[in-house]
Amino acid sequence: MSGFASPDPVTLNLWHPIAAIGEIPPGKVSATVLLDEPVNFAKVADGEPFVWRARPELRAGDAAPSTRPADALPSLVAYGYLWTSLGTPPEEIFAIPEYAEPDRRNVAAASIGVAVSAPRAIENFLDMGHFPYVHTGILGEQPHTEVKEYDVETSAERDEVLATRCRFFQPMASTVAKGGMEVEYVYRVPHPFCSVLYKSSPLDANRQDVIAIFLQPVGQERIRAHMMLSILDDQNDDTFIRRFQLMVFGQDKPILENQFPKRLPLDPRAETPIRADKSAIAYRRWLSAKGVTYGVIPAAA
Amino acid sequence: MSLTNDIWSPIAASGDLPFRHVFHGQLLGQEFAAWRADDGHVNVWENRCLHRGVRLSIGLNDGRELVCQYHGWRYANRTAGCTYIPAHPADAPARTITNRTYPVVERYGLIWTTLGEERGPPARPELDSGDLLTLREMAANAPAAMAVAALRRHGDDGGQEGDGLSVTLTTPEGTRAAFFVQPVDSGRCVIRGVLAGDRSPDSIATLRLHNERLKALRDVIEAEALAAPAPEPLAPVYAPVSAELAEMPGLLKAGRRASLSVAVSRKWAAGADVAGFELAAVSGGLPTFQPGGHIDVHLPNGLIRPYSLVNAPGETGSYVIGVKRDPASRGGSQTLHETVREGDLLAISEPRNNFPLRRDANLTIFIAGGVGVTPLIAMAQALDHSGSAIAFHCFARDEAHIAFADRLGALKSRFTPHLGLDPVETEARLRTLLGQRPVGAHVYLCGPTPMLETARRVAAEAGWPEAAVHFEYFKNERAVDAGSSFEIALARSALTLTVPAGRTILEVLRDNGVDLPSSCEQGACGTCEATVLEGEPDHQDVYLSDAEKREGRRIMTCVSRARSARITLDV
Repeated sequence: MSGFASPDPVTLNLWHPIAAIGEIPPGKVSATVLLDEPVNFAKVADGEPFVWRARPELRAGDAAPSTRPADALPSLVAYGYLWTSLGTPPEEIFAIPEYAEPDRRNVAAASIGVAVSAPRAIENFLDMGHFPYVHTGILGEQPHTEVKEYDVETSAERDEVLATRCRFFQPMASTVAKGGMEVEYVYRVPHPFCSVLYKSSPLDANRQDVIAIFLQPVGQERIRAHMMLSILDDQNDDTFIRRFQLMVFGQDKPILENQFPKRLPLDPRAETPIRADKSAIAYRRWLSAKGVTYGVIPAAA
Repeated sequence: MSLTNDIWSPIAASGDLPFRHVFHGQLLGQEFAAWRADDGHVNVWENRCLHRGVRLSIGLNDGRELVCQYHGWRYANRTAGCTYIPAHPADAPARTITNRTYPVVERYGLIWTTLGEERGPPARPELDSGDLLTLREMAANAPAAMAVAALRRHGDDGGQEGDGLSVTLTTPEGTRAAFFVQPVDSGRCVIRGVLAGDRSPDSIATLRLHNERLKALRDVIEAEALAAPAPEPLAPVYAPVSAELAEMPGLLKAGRRASLSVAVSRKWAAGADVAGFELAAVSGGLPTFQPGGHIDVHLPNGLIRPYSLVNAPGETGSYVIGVKRDPASRGGSQTLHETVREGDLLAISEPRNNFPLRRDANLTIFIAGGVGVTPLIAMAQALDHSGSAIAFHCFARDEAHIAFADRLGALKSRFTPHLGLDPVETEARLRTLLGQRPVGAHVYLCGPTPMLETARRVAAEAGWPEAAVHFEYFKNERAVDAGSSFEIALARSALTLTVPAGRTILEVLRDNGVDLPSSCEQGACGTCEATVLEGEPDHQDVYLSDAEKREGRRIMTCVSRARSARITLDV
């Protein structure tokens, strides 16, 4: 059912995250799977990471090669993660300018395996309506269930989906929130399998916390979700922030794994959208228009 | 044996559906969410919320409705229609959002269903004696045919019935037994056995004994299945939703048509001068309703009258309405009171909801006058059942005039009667009830015009925002001025029509072949609403709030007109 389809060219040429830089064991070969393809990676002697297609003579746990392997795949380090590509990736990865601001806490928060397609997980990340039901008492709480009108646009210039003016009542919006408040979100989808959200900071009314999700498509119906936070929090240590993110994502995981079909159906008649799903509909159209077929069920022509 | 969609198979034991549980079943690759409502009805549905495809078997059975875990969408017992979408608390969901249901028969301690025709499970006369013992099911990673073949080595295939999936035999202890093999998928099955006339004193020992035997049989067939090539799994079918639902979002509206035929299954005195009617479908089921919804009753004398549904959530076997005898009746309530009897057939419309209930309030206050209790009872029952905070106030002449007192009594301390008050006392009491708005409270009003007008004024004076004050009038008692003449431009059909004095927009539309749904046709119910694109409406209805009237974007075409010479409608 899941099938080993060769990825579409758009997906093949994307940058994909595969590991948190801080979690790559020094001097050893690590292994993962990207687009159904086993890949290995390691930091070489000077600490620079490299990625290559797995080969039988070099296995996970073996000593890392001392220099860059001749067949190394393209790679770069961004937002605390190591990225690679099985095709020809663009020069640069999408921008998150806030990451460079000096007073922010940048945390590679967690990497979690989920048995679902990447686009399903992106839609869940864009969705506010589930907060009171799935993240009860944290990101939402009954009876405050309304998803108010918000704006969505697909920016041709930046090639990304942008949802603005998203407002929702949250009882405990973050690690430093005190009591419930209506928070305002902006969502960006600058990459078919990555999304960045900006939410009003409980500490500074003029600035925003940034939470990003970078999905590694292990297969069409299996991902590793890598989370990145760039936030204003001078009170909690990384472990506490990680636990909070893990708790929240741990609540999404069983929902995502019970979604069928696991790949995202792009046919408008596959599911029943409501106004609250505007951003998901824009995302589905954007994927269709780009020609992404990996992890989706394309609409019948 | 061929595994076609026409087979009937057990997918669960009756004991798998205990109080408020949702069971995950499967037949021929298709998954089900199976659940028993508190009224005993067993629902077998496609295991997928229509919204985002999440399994409903991880949802919540509240006894009346199944609630999806992901976004809290509620689906009604029996009809599987969606009754509430929490993300949009002010909207009534389109009635046609209905999950796929499968036929269900509960027989021999098992829950049976089919992906095909509704002809019923195989009869097993030897099991009709009662006194049955349902064995513990045995799941096996082997095709159903292998299980049937293995069982046949101990018995026969049931002769003439012969659906190829059941075997009857006599156990070594001399008990008659039937085994049904449920083809879960092409390579997986569940064996379900039933003993007839088992009189052994220790049923636990009997269950253990057969469980051991079935385990041994499973080991044999699983070994056999491992040796054979694995069959392709069956792909589940995800049927597309209707084209209307794929569009975002919009309510589907039907015309003023009596599309349902119902029989009066019960008629009783629900209160002084109020007749209660229970209306049951003549064939099949009834469409899903929402609290606040109403039906049009088409009377034998040609009159059409809207009546609110009193039903509680999940009470989906029949519709319940209350009809007040109106001395000034033009023959509607009189006919229902005097002429219509139990067993009579009535033509009714599908339920419509122009008085939707928000469920996101911290406190919901209901204020009813007389028979105005009917829509509010439906709402209060829904909120009360899900544990939301409510307060129900009923104004009536005396205790006997409180209609549906049994349903109100079930609200216990949340129900307060206010009896025998004159207009001045009523206003004073309303000031006590509405004098200060609790944070996040909403109020729903239904009753006679003077009381509604007073309550709305009192609420406005006490600072209630209009959006938190919801109301439904019985009828429009304002004098309608139909003296003006104006043009209507129809944006969608590119028509321009003239509405002369004495005719309504609705009538002129219909004369020209443009059908718009309607119900009360006097500006009270909201069914004939149209969107105004340009021009200034002359509002004469009692459905829209003052703010909505000022906004001028909506118009009730049955009574309202235009102040401007021309008005453009999105029709």
